[in-house]
Amino acid sequence: MVTNDTKTGESGIILTTADYAINWARSNSLWPLTFGLACCAIEMMATGAAKYDIDRFGAGVFRPSPRQADLMIVAGTVTFKMAELIKRLYAQMPEPKYVLAMGSCSISGGPFSKDSYSVLRGVDLIVPVDVFVPGCPPRPEALLEGLIKLQGIIKKRSIIDKK
Amino acid sequence: MSDALNTIIKEKITAKFGEHVLETTEFRGQLAFTVKQDRNCEIAEFLKTDPDLAYDYLEDICGADYLEYEGAKDRFCVIYQFYSFKNNHRVRVKVFLPEKNPSLDSLTCLWKSAGFPEREIYDMYGITFRNHPDMRRLLMPDDFGSNPLRKDYPLKGKGERDRFPKYTVDD
Repeated sequence: MVTNDTKTGESGIILTTADYAINWARSNSLWPLTFGLACCAIEMMATGAAKYDIDRFGAGVFRPSPRQADLMIVAGTVTFKMAELIKRLYAQMPEPKYVLAMGSCSISGGPFSKDSYSVLRGVDLIVPVDVFVPGCPPRPEALLEGLIKLQGIIKKRSIIDKK
Repeated sequence: MSDALNTIIKEKITAKFGEHVLETTEFRGQLAFTVKQDRNCEIAEFLKTDPDLAYDYLEDICGADYLEYEGAKDRFCVIYQFYSFKNNHRVRVKVFLPEKNPSLDSLTCLWKSAGFPEREIYDMYGITFRNHPDMRRLLMPDDFGSNPLRKDYPLKGKGERDRFPKYTVDD
């Protein structure tokens, strides 16, 4: 039998640091930017769907506008022509912003890294990347692992840091 | 049926454009004409408008680079693939172009769909098309500066990989 003896309805006090509260909010509402460039996007969609359910980590609200997004998941092959647009999208995102490079292509060019004339060899050449998720494409579990790693990075940050 | 059509086309083309058709070849029952550089529009128009031939569909335009190719007279080649819905029949027209300033007339006056393949050929081989409404690069960035499907383009590229200034938060 459940009793409600301890609940009085009076307000209480929680003591914490500003860093902890802000990082808790930031890391648990990472809204990703909706764009997929290649087959990695299929795995990203699977991660967003019911079975893997990226919403469990508060990162399931894929935003169609960079102005509302915190996290850019670069899912797929980045060509030179797309590179300029990725730079622009990254510049349009509000601070604080994070980049997750998903898959071999966005890490190093992947299968195109040797002799391709059109593919950028890694998205870290144009935007600062926080987390790399290897795989071709990575499984949804790997993407979730990368997301959790990013949450860990955010939780270690402080508002006093310049970043 | 297609062999009979091939003879009709061959007769009609040679009768009308006798000296402008440099070579006629047949491969697996499909005809290919090699024509002079400045005659591609006339021949395409004839193939399209002649009621017996009626090649009303331009399937594709391709480019080719014959650098150091055995027996090639000119360096570049533009290949048109025509299809006739009326006769269910295909024909191929080749135009060879010199290495220096390769250019030829655009087929956009006959088929609007020629625009995109011609832009791709311009992008990949540097062959310009006269009277094209929008002669820009199609797949590569506007400032790319080289033509990647030319045979003398190095596999390692020409420094495109390292040309991007890194974006930092301070910028």
